[in-house]
Amino acid sequence: MTAVPNGHDGLITARGLYLSFGAIPALVDVDIDLWPGEVLAVVGESGSGKTTLLNVLSGRVAPDAGAVLYTDPEGEQHDVHTMPAPALRTLHRSDWGFVHQDPKQNLRMNVSAGGNVGERLMARGARHYGTIRAEAIDWLTQVEIDADRVDDLPRTFSGGMLQRLQIARTLVTHPRLVFMDEPTGGLDVSVQARLLDLIRTLVARLGIAAVLVTHDIAVARLLAHRIAVMQRGRVVETGLTDQVLDDPQHAYTQLLVSSVLQV
Amino acid sequence: MIRTEGLAKTFTLHLRGGMQLPVFSGIDLTVHSGECVVLSGPSGAGKSTLMRSLYGNYRAGAGHIWIRHHGGMVDIAASEPRIVLAVRRETLVYVSQFLRVVPRVSTLDIVADEPITRGIAPDEARDMAGSLLLRLNIPRRMHGIPPATFSGGEQQRVNVARGFIAAHPILLLDEPTASLDAENRSVVVGMIQEAKARGTAVVAICHDADVRAAIADRLYPLSPAREAA
Amino acid sequence: MTEGYNFAYLDEQTKRMIRRALLKAVAIPGHQVPFGSREMPLPYGWGTGGIQVTASILGTNDVLKVIDQGADDTTNAVSIRRFFARTADVATTTHTADATVIQTRHRIPEKTLRDNQIIVYQVPQPEPLYRLESSRVETRRMHGLADYGLMHVKLYEDVARFGQISISYDYPVLVNQRYLMSPSPIPAFDNPKMDRMPALQLFGAGREKRIYAIPPWTAVRSLDFDDHPFRAINASEPCGLCGATDSYLDEVVIDDRGGRLFVCSDTDHCAERRAAGHIGKDGFAEAAE
Repeated sequence: MTAVPNGHDGLITARGLYLSFGAIPALVDVDIDLWPGEVLAVVGESGSGKTTLLNVLSGRVAPDAGAVLYTDPEGEQHDVHTMPAPALRTLHRSDWGFVHQDPKQNLRMNVSAGGNVGERLMARGARHYGTIRAEAIDWLTQVEIDADRVDDLPRTFSGGMLQRLQIARTLVTHPRLVFMDEPTGGLDVSVQARLLDLIRTLVARLGIAAVLVTHDIAVARLLAHRIAVMQRGRVVETGLTDQVLDDPQHAYTQLLVSSVLQV
Repeated sequence: MIRTEGLAKTFTLHLRGGMQLPVFSGIDLTVHSGECVVLSGPSGAGKSTLMRSLYGNYRAGAGHIWIRHHGGMVDIAASEPRIVLAVRRETLVYVSQFLRVVPRVSTLDIVADEPITRGIAPDEARDMAGSLLLRLNIPRRMHGIPPATFSGGEQQRVNVARGFIAAHPILLLDEPTASLDAENRSVVVGMIQEAKARGTAVVAICHDADVRAAIADRLYPLSPAREAA
Repeated sequence: MTEGYNFAYLDEQTKRMIRRALLKAVAIPGHQVPFGSREMPLPYGWGTGGIQVTASILGTNDVLKVIDQGADDTTNAVSIRRFFARTADVATTTHTADATVIQTRHRIPEKTLRDNQIIVYQVPQPEPLYRLESSRVETRRMHGLADYGLMHVKLYEDVARFGQISISYDYPVLVNQRYLMSPSPIPAFDNPKMDRMPALQLFGAGREKRIYAIPPWTAVRSLDFDDHPFRAINASEPCGLCGATDSYLDEVVIDDRGGRLFVCSDTDHCAERRAAGHIGKDGFAEAAE
């Protein structure tokens, strides 16, 4: 038999998360494990608590109970919700990244594409203009934005380009973990496909772990290794992506999967 | 290479009031290196379900599925997802009847994806993919196009190419020749025989009697399970 | 001294409050300290912050100099100087070397300041990130965590667009390797004078109700890139009146045909040089006057 991992060397280990907004339970006894290089999709309908889970895992919202532990590259574990604010912020601008559904939430719309991509580098202490610019151009190319758009303002970009710019801005510091909230939401289907392929390729090549929140099961199937299905704040089913989608065990997952239109 | 012990599978349809749909039980199947076992039985006997269970695509209801992985035996039925993924990455290949891929990715890149993730240089991987596709009579002009618009037979051959490029020690084939003409059928049969000669363990489902005769070392019969009382 | 006012106009309680803010500001160089800014008998933007700081530190033996854009003889400078002459009865001067307290708007005198002098800057906008981040909560957090990537984004944008950092005044500085600080709208030319200055530097922003400070001999570094280092820019000519090549020059239009004259912005510095016999190409011997 091969060694079974002991469950303590995960990137993110969340145990017993509870959170309610007034009388409405947003998270009920949620456990999450995420391993380095693994993409976990959190699926469920609107209001099932998936975005709340993302906010709690990333330390943006504190749970009523439970803990989220993050293991840093040195193997040291940190409680995301009790660590000092500066440390969490440092984490968010180096080891971690956040991709919002609306790229305008993350981008600076009055700063050039190059400046947007370079900001995280400069925040981390990069002080050589030529290097910063070269790296920004390299990343624009990686997300399939022409290098000669480096000085253009995001205002002049299409929705798909904005989303790709946000991804370049997020990945430029080579984060180990990226939180994605409906990254392909609000985009045309044709643009979605291109973006999905891009995310899939980059995440695989850089070995990035990701927590991906989506209501689109097709997106989860293409990007995720593992799926957690949420309903009314609970994780009702979790497992290998294709296992959960092809052989759903829980009544709600069966409903969810059978509701997808076949093309 | 594969050994199942008391493997059983029952679907529970919650949307049909929790209806129980037993498929099979008590499956003890052993497949050795270089051997091809063809699952036989009428439609509805659970051949595809068994194959998907072997791949970890369906969850086993009971029993064990031992897979030889890196010299050790791993129970697919009881392993964590990332162990299952590792087994699939290095040991287990499943060629399904349907091609499911990322839209807009070219045929060549779809086939080359596996060797690239294995660490082979992209150019070399594309060369491998290209010659495999040519062998399966997918002409070069189609390599740069996503397979979404291909015919059923072409898509199936892309799928076969994707499965065979990996050269993993265990190959699961679900109707690999179903929608192929005689010429392409014989190409695929040749590829299966080469794989066996390399020592690959093969589990297949195939209704075509000629193909079955050409590849099977033995049959594993399945019969439809009775409805649960 | 004018009857009916407390010494230096402000009441003692207010001065004590401001001095406490000043002490805190000196203790945390470059950090903006809130204070209860009072209504002053001049409009916002005319130096209400600087005047309150000056009022709080002035003693009877002090000698006050007030400059506006380097000049002692502009309305603002004259008014503030007269204000303190009347309300505090302190001696005033135009000579930089003779002053113990110098209140300034938009310049640092050319003459190197000494460790027994205090310079008080009038500050319109104390927040260096003001144009880049509109949320004060967020800028406070950035200061708290020394998260100044955004300021460098501004510099990056400048180089990308103009080939160089184009900030010519209010050029952002990092104080004591910790706090990002607005030096007030002084020309970038003056920035190097702030670094390790022997005199105490105090900054007052009346409308924005903030005080900050740089203690003597504190490191003040102008932000830049390794490959686009900070440069103090100035006119390429010497002063037309005194011939100085190392002082900050104002460009003055002298006729209707576009004739221009570059002269020292620091009037005291220029006058002193001319008195010592230096004559520029448009100047004339002081004796002939």
